[in-house]
Amino acid sequence: MWQWLKQLYHRLGSPKWFYEITGKWIPWLAVLSVLGCVAGLVLGLAYAPADYLQGNSFRIIYIHVPAAIIAQSAYVMMAVAGAVYLVWKMKMAAWVAKVIAPIGASFCLIALFTGAIWGKPTWGTWWVWDARLTSMLMLLFLYFGVIALQQAMDSEESGFKAAAILALVGLVNIPIIKYSVEWWNTLHQPATLKLTEKPSMATEMLIPLLIMIFTTYLFFALLIILRTRNEILWHERKRSWVKEILEH
Amino acid sequence: MKPQRKKRLTLILFLVAGVGIAVGLLMYSLSQNINLFITPTQMADGEAPVGRTIRAGGLVVVGSVERDSESLGAKFKVTDGNAEVTIVYDGILPDLFREGQGIVAMGQLNTDGVFVASEVLAKHDENYMPPEVQDALEKAHVDGKQSLEAARY
Repeated sequence: MWQWLKQLYHRLGSPKWFYEITGKWIPWLAVLSVLGCVAGLVLGLAYAPADYLQGNSFRIIYIHVPAAIIAQSAYVMMAVAGAVYLVWKMKMAAWVAKVIAPIGASFCLIALFTGAIWGKPTWGTWWVWDARLTSMLMLLFLYFGVIALQQAMDSEESGFKAAAILALVGLVNIPIIKYSVEWWNTLHQPATLKLTEKPSMATEMLIPLLIMIFTTYLFFALLIILRTRNEILWHERKRSWVKEILEH
Repeated sequence: MKPQRKKRLTLILFLVAGVGIAVGLLMYSLSQNINLFITPTQMADGEAPVGRTIRAGGLVVVGSVERDSESLGAKFKVTDGNAEVTIVYDGILPDLFREGQGIVAMGQLNTDGVFVASEVLAKHDENYMPPEVQDALEKAHVDGKQSLEAARY
């Protein structure tokens, strides 16, 4: 098992291997993302019952929660890729960290935006400076900082290094976001989906949500793969294998 | 692992752990300021400053809401299960405002111990269910839910 993981890790470092293997995954990921999105949204928007208190406005959960989860997962992935780059000097890791940053920032923005739209009719305000909302806004600024640092240096490599360090420092924000609703009094409600307990949501509302979360992960994987392949082609453009691909 | 890489990995782990501890201590010492609202128990203990703008939060006590027939004014009590505080508010209450619902009010505590609110927000809980389920639950235990939710504050 360990040997296999080690082998996979070394292979992931090879741009050519990554490019070839992910080429086969793209159609599958694309088809599954579209199917999952259609299924999740139809079930969530048309078939799930309205909430006893919020009525139909709760349905924004099917966008808000997946976006917020991906925004945080993407950040962790970006920080880990940054650490791999700093320790092992693996170029692929730096490119992955580079392509994740704008994707994660976009999901973060979607989560903040849909949250504000939901907050107005439910809470009575677009925004409140409670711990959950503020830490999520900090996540967006961390993403902006990482994107800026990646481009700020004269050489691409030192930009990646600085951005990786910032990403690692900002990692502390992730548990803060997660536990903010438990540690402090907030306006934002505590988590509905818990790893250890039964979710406090009716099953017919929960199934579309789980489909949407899973689908958004697939879509996120698709975005990373597509953008990483572009990075590979650009950086390896002088290599013979890339020239061969481009000629055909 | 090569010694060079091991060194860098240790440095990174120290960086993440160090930042984690520093921010953790900071958050711990600031925890009272990070809380969005003050609970009725804290007010009863005299922890809330009089005449300064603060936020108060709790569940609206069932049967405590009195609406003024002439104006938008409303008077109600909120509880956290231990203590109660009376809130007066002259404005439009959010749609989700109802008895037993969690709210967060911004305003000032006056010398009589009454909280004069300038803004009332509804707090939503993490439970999502269809109306039929809620009806069935209410039939099963009319006042059980209030005490259950009060325990969360």
